[in-house]
Amino acid sequence: MPDQAARSAVRDAFARHRLSWLDALPWLAAALVYVLLPHYLALATQVMIMIAFALALDLALGYGGIATLGHAAFFGIGAYAAGLYALKISGEPISGLLVAAVAAGLAGIASGALILRTRGLTLVTLTLAIATMLHELANSWKSLTGGADGLYGFRIAPVLGRFPFDLFGRTGFLYAAAVLACLFFLSKALVNSPFGLTMRGIRDNPVRMRMLGVPVKRRLITLYAISAAVAGIAGGLSAQVTKLVGLDSLAFSLSGNVLVMLILGGTGSLYGAFLGATAFVVLSDRAAAVSPFHWLFALGILLILAVRYAPQGLAGLLADAARGLMKRMRRA
Amino acid sequence: MLKLTATVLALLVDGISYGMILFLMSVGLTITLGVMRIANLAHCGFAMVGGYIGYALATQAGLGLGLSLPLAAAATMLLGLALERTLFRWVYAVSELKQILMTIGLAFVMIASVNALFGSNMNTVPVPALLAGTLTLGFLSLSTYRFFIVLVSTAIAVCLWLVLEHTDYGARLRAAVDNPRMARCIGIDVPRLFAGTFALGCGLAAVAGVLGSQFLPLEPWYALEYLVPVLLVVAVGGLGSMKGSFYAALLLGVIDTFGRYYIPAAGAFVIYLVVLAALLWRPQGVFARA
Amino acid sequence: MSEVLALDGISKSFGALRVARDVSLVLQTGARHALIGPNGAGKTTLVNLISGLLKPSSGRIRLAGSDITTASPERRVALGLARTFQISSLFPQLTVAENVGLALAGRHRHDGRMLGFLRRNADIVDGAATLLARMGLLGLAALPVSDLPYGQRRLVEIALVLALEPKLLLLDEPAAGLASSDRALVVDLLLRLPEDLTILIIEHDMSVVFRLARRITVLVEGAILTEGDPQAIRGDARVRDVYLGARTHG
Repeated sequence: MPDQAARSAVRDAFARHRLSWLDALPWLAAALVYVLLPHYLALATQVMIMIAFALALDLALGYGGIATLGHAAFFGIGAYAAGLYALKISGEPISGLLVAAVAAGLAGIASGALILRTRGLTLVTLTLAIATMLHELANSWKSLTGGADGLYGFRIAPVLGRFPFDLFGRTGFLYAAAVLACLFFLSKALVNSPFGLTMRGIRDNPVRMRMLGVPVKRRLITLYAISAAVAGIAGGLSAQVTKLVGLDSLAFSLSGNVLVMLILGGTGSLYGAFLGATAFVVLSDRAAAVSPFHWLFALGILLILAVRYAPQGLAGLLADAARGLMKRMRRA
Repeated sequence: MLKLTATVLALLVDGISYGMILFLMSVGLTITLGVMRIANLAHCGFAMVGGYIGYALATQAGLGLGLSLPLAAAATMLLGLALERTLFRWVYAVSELKQILMTIGLAFVMIASVNALFGSNMNTVPVPALLAGTLTLGFLSLSTYRFFIVLVSTAIAVCLWLVLEHTDYGARLRAAVDNPRMARCIGIDVPRLFAGTFALGCGLAAVAGVLGSQFLPLEPWYALEYLVPVLLVVAVGGLGSMKGSFYAALLLGVIDTFGRYYIPAAGAFVIYLVVLAALLWRPQGVFARA
Repeated sequence: MSEVLALDGISKSFGALRVARDVSLVLQTGARHALIGPNGAGKTTLVNLISGLLKPSSGRIRLAGSDITTASPERRVALGLARTFQISSLFPQLTVAENVGLALAGRHRHDGRMLGFLRRNADIVDGAATLLARMGLLGLAALPVSDLPYGQRRLVEIALVLALEPKLLLLDEPAAGLASSDRALVVDLLLRLPEDLTILIIEHDMSVVFRLARRITVLVEGAILTEGDPQAIRGDARVRDVYLGARTHG
């Protein structure tokens, strides 16, 4: 039997992704925003929706190594599912999110089973093809999706029957925050589970994983489906909070944006999603007001420099800075 | 019956000319992928830049297509060469995903620059009077310009094939595609080969941008707009296979054109189903060597 | 004593290139069998065929009685096969403990488990602690593998395969690229492995081979030249010719 010391050494080595006091920061920030910046609640809600979307992508890309330029497909499926549910069946929001998750998750299983046998650029191309195909489908199937006009005019019932959506966006903000919190803690739990380790193993060395007896393709499809479901919830959230679903929820620009958000923020740590999405949404909101194309230019340069000099993104830079600081403090 | 034949032939010419433009745009990318093993998602950006240069020369400098086309191609080749020596040094050094991201960044820069210089309106390189109008062959009525595109592209494709199969450069290129490491070991000057090949790819893309502007109009988002069809052609044709991308481009061009005409509601959709099926059947590319 | 591995007329061709020609081999429980031969003889190919990363063009393979000729690598691992790679194949961004943990998760079929924290999984934690302590790697548990020198990475890879508690262990040049002190460590480790574990080892370093192996098969251009005990092989003139004078790597 291994002794306590050995066991705790091993447990520490497994605990790199456990919750720490840092995890309270985003919620602190959210609380501050709610109290101090009541006019920016709509923007903050948008930020949280994008964080959820970036979180979904991080699961697939950062933890599973699945490169995709078509993740908006799942966001869009979730958005349209939630919108149609509200229009045709019921305005109840939480069940709407579940519908969105299931619809997107099923799409994830189907497309994952189909395309995850490929890798690299072929896989990226296939994800692009599927997303573009869905975009075209939504565009032409006007009776279902409203085509270019999209879905609108649906009513969302009060959350939990008690908190109606108000004009100032307060309920929307708190609702999004609550959903994001659930998604975050569930993702954390997933990453800390044996499955989480398996996924990181597959990302690092899929051949080795096969030689450890792990059914790699099945695990990849499971992860992809989970990532799709989370993206679907983000889409559903967007539909419910803005009461609008448009073709832009399936657009390549959305897929591209969320990828940029995650790369700038840093993959494989879940925090990158928070940092990247916040920075991107806030900056693009300000920049779009000034000049969208100048923003695009800056973004392009930023992307090139980030990949070259900060491959771990903002989260990586902050982590390095923190580590440097701690080393200096220890020496002093 | 005659009318049906006429329609089918007209569609065929449309489809083939579109396919040829796709081929010219894709051949550079497939070679870059095959030889240099880099995923250059800014490739269509070079087509766009070439197209805009051609447009500027034709409209502002008043040059005819005969001059503006080769000049635009040359200018784009120089740009490609310059970028290859500088930015792409960084691109070579990183993983595939990071290459995708860096080159998307480059595409963003290209889009923004083109918008700053030319605005966001759609532009086309004007068709010279000689090539305007229709060709009448009996009961057939074909667009002269499209016919011209088919001729020119075929000529270029044949030249490419001749260069690839029958010249020293072609042999070295094929060796580098087959086995880059080995090629280096047997003394092929790989950096020069890369630079030259990259420039050639950009030049061909520029030709596509100029000639194809009539049905693929130039606007700032061009670089990303046509990325998907080009990637599909490269994937279906097989990475690194010039012949593969030729057949794939023709196939996709024709299927897309016929699809849009005969099933207007779902036409655009058809191409993706076809490609999905094709790539699932043979992930390495339908036309790739086994 | 029973048959653990049986290769029956295994052949493999890539087009016109024949990399394995009618190879037959039987390993009993507890065998210490070495596979030697000049570079390009097809030794690693044979290991790839046995482990399932390649499928033979003809012939059959049996593992502990089951026919695994067309079985997937995952299935073979489940039946008790484990292998190392010529170039250390680990998970660079993960810690030593996580690397071993992955093998344990695979072994205990916990790799798909989403509920419950890894660090609370007794099977995995205890297994990793025991193994790492036994191999003297406990101090490195929290270090990412990419931070370790090559010799230690080799040891981690051996820990990884031992965590699978295999019946058959395929070692592809375990001593390759190691400094002599690390090599002695590895050989010592291999000598202390359980007697009922069946081992097939590919090696170029003859000193390792003669210390470890009780039987040797010589492979040349994909075909078996000869098979016998170390004395016989050492004295066989054909083997010497094939190596143009066997040198031990220093």
